[in-house]
Amino acid sequence: MMNHSTASKPADQGLLARKAGLPAKDAKLSMAHMYVAFISLLIGGLMGLLQVLVRTGKMTLPFGIDYYQVLTVHGVILALVLTTFFIIGFQYALMSKTVGMSDGERKWAWISFYVMLIGTVVTAVMILLGKANVLYTFYAPLQAHPLFYIGLALVVVGSWIAVFVNLHQFFKWKKQHRGEVSPLLAFMVAINMIIWFISTLGVAATVVIQLIPWSLGLVDEINVLVSRTLFWYFGHPLVYFWLLPAYMAWYAIIPKIIGGKIFSDSLARLAFIMFLLFSIPVGFHHQLLEPGIDPFWKYIQVVLTFAVAIPSLLTAFSMFATFESAGRAKGYTGLFGFMRGLPWKDVRFFAPFVGMLAFVPAGAGGLINASHQLNQVVHNTIWVTGHFHLTLATTVILTFFGISYWLIPVLTGRKLNAHINRLGIIQTIVWSIGMFIMSGAMHIAGLLGAPRRSSYSEYGGSEQAMEWIGYQYAQAIGGSILFIGILLMVYIFVYMTFFAPKGQEEFPMAETAEDALPTPMVFENWKLWIGLAVALILFAYTIPFIDIIQNSPPGSPPFKWPIGYN
Amino acid sequence: MHLHRYEKIWIIFGTGALLAFLIILGIGAFYQGSQPPSCMVTIDPQNVQAHEAFKEENLGLNQVGENEYVVNILASAFNYDLGKDENGAPVKTIRIPAGAKVTFQATTSDVIHGFELAGTNVNMMLEPGYISEYETTMDNPGTYTLICNEYCGTGHHLMYATVEVYEE
Ligand SMILES: [Cu+2]
Repeated sequence: MMNHSTASKPADQGLLARKAGLPAKDAKLSMAHMYVAFISLLIGGLMGLLQVLVRTGKMTLPFGIDYYQVLTVHGVILALVLTTFFIIGFQYALMSKTVGMSDGERKWAWISFYVMLIGTVVTAVMILLGKANVLYTFYAPLQAHPLFYIGLALVVVGSWIAVFVNLHQFFKWKKQHRGEVSPLLAFMVAINMIIWFISTLGVAATVVIQLIPWSLGLVDEINVLVSRTLFWYFGHPLVYFWLLPAYMAWYAIIPKIIGGKIFSDSLARLAFIMFLLFSIPVGFHHQLLEPGIDPFWKYIQVVLTFAVAIPSLLTAFSMFATFESAGRAKGYTGLFGFMRGLPWKDVRFFAPFVGMLAFVPAGAGGLINASHQLNQVVHNTIWVTGHFHLTLATTVILTFFGISYWLIPVLTGRKLNAHINRLGIIQTIVWSIGMFIMSGAMHIAGLLGAPRRSSYSEYGGSEQAMEWIGYQYAQAIGGSILFIGILLMVYIFVYMTFFAPKGQEEFPMAETAEDALPTPMVFENWKLWIGLAVALILFAYTIPFIDIIQNSPPGSPPFKWPIGYN
Repeated sequence: MHLHRYEKIWIIFGTGALLAFLIILGIGAFYQGSQPPSCMVTIDPQNVQAHEAFKEENLGLNQVGENEYVVNILASAFNYDLGKDENGAPVKTIRIPAGAKVTFQATTSDVIHGFELAGTNVNMMLEPGYISEYETTMDNPGTYTLICNEYCGTGHHLMYATVEVYEE
């Protein structure tokens, strides 16, 4: 893939695209999502840079821009917009490649895209007007402009259309191939979209039933704890919705890139089914320090949270088994000698591999956060920010970048050349260094008590705060390095979209190892798995949720002035 | 489904470790009573003064036993109300003797706030309509900053108070 041949004539492109990767129409659809994702990366990254600089105490924002406005943009555009658009665009490419897309499905996919885009723009305008400084968690009774919530609701509804398109593609294939095991990547997309649909029901409920009527003044008060509980019912599976596309690439794409095979198709499916079962009934681990929720049910959800670590352990095993068999097949021996057989100079492997490494401390940190009592030490400190900058902003995002190095050329009918490959490796290293410094400083400062989501403050000259500020300098250094990484990545994206040599980039999809045993058909029993997932949710939430409603205090009126919105 | 031998070992080891963690957390929670703050007492968020603890005169430090204190705090954007001193000025610092048993009892009269005594395990969410409570022993002398660690608006980072633990 490194030596590009001479550029082909544009007339060949349609044919090439079909042979190599995707039908041109599907490529266009997927690419539309990528534009939104990478524009979001640039804007969100710039906001991140402003935050770390403000937090040194040496810089103030111009034009009366508020720190929390910048923070709201950063969170909404990176955690909600970038992720959702990249994932949905990537999943269309996977589905088109494995099970195909009909004209009708494509039409709905475009409707989904525009509904989400309109929602994003409406939300963004409200944030930019300073009428929605509520951060991306928008906890009531802080109240933003109704259009902020309506925009968010449109994004969710648009994403549901994408869910139905993907599931329609998947189940149509199954109907046409009775008794066959579905393509692994299509199976994974179906699982991820089912998780997304079940979990977004919660956030949609609080936005549509509670927040929108309340922000329109149709009702006077809001039940705060119900709203938060519905939000966090969505908030944790949300992180798995980010993580699973990375796992798709790890399980089914990386093996091809390193010249190996999928270690076990069954194990991959088992891991994804476990995510379907355990990623949703765990929201209370974000609410451990809240009044009004019985600690017994908090503990039950802590147990379920730990269960969701098991499929990640399976994944770690599968990855290293794949690396080892690929290395040994190339003739490398010794306990760790197989590592030399891996394509370290291929950015399509190198970037996601660094992402995997980051998941070791990230996963361990996650267990700490979910530990019933240990959470007390780190809750809402900047440790948590450090944590999800390792999981989302390193593991997931480096894997997404790793995907982009081949996906964007596939979509644009170009080739990943040596220039971009080299830049991509530099980008990965820059990102790792920046994140090591920033996330490391956040973790340490958090253990010392420094709060998250806070502008620069000396807290009345407190000695403790003075200690934190040193780490804020480190965060500014790390954050600035990361911003260089973002500029590099945006350059790479633009280059791959418009300037890379024309040609036929490979769409890497791995096959299962010959000696792997056949996949048990029980994995295709969708009624069973969805039924079990729903049963676990009902078990974990029914009683505490009824408790919350029955013991509700009087509701809360709206508060706009604290966010500077009058 | 067939599993490789090493894979079985890995899963048994991994799941075993997770189980061990959970058992430790469970013993801590249910046998030793170390549960996260989960006070179930509700209150009218628009009339918190109706509750004895949050009446103007009861805010701040209250000695309730020989070495036992209750601290009542009313949070609002962007302030922790700890009552008034003899001169009528708002109290910003609370002084507690080392080794005292202290119960922090707090609520909010407006939006959600955090309640974190940096450098200690005192950390809880304050939500409108609920009282949050945490009982602890302040063993180590020192100056601790009480900070709001949940976003509550544009003055969120200006919301703090001080707790001094002094040696007797
Ligand atoms: Cu506050």
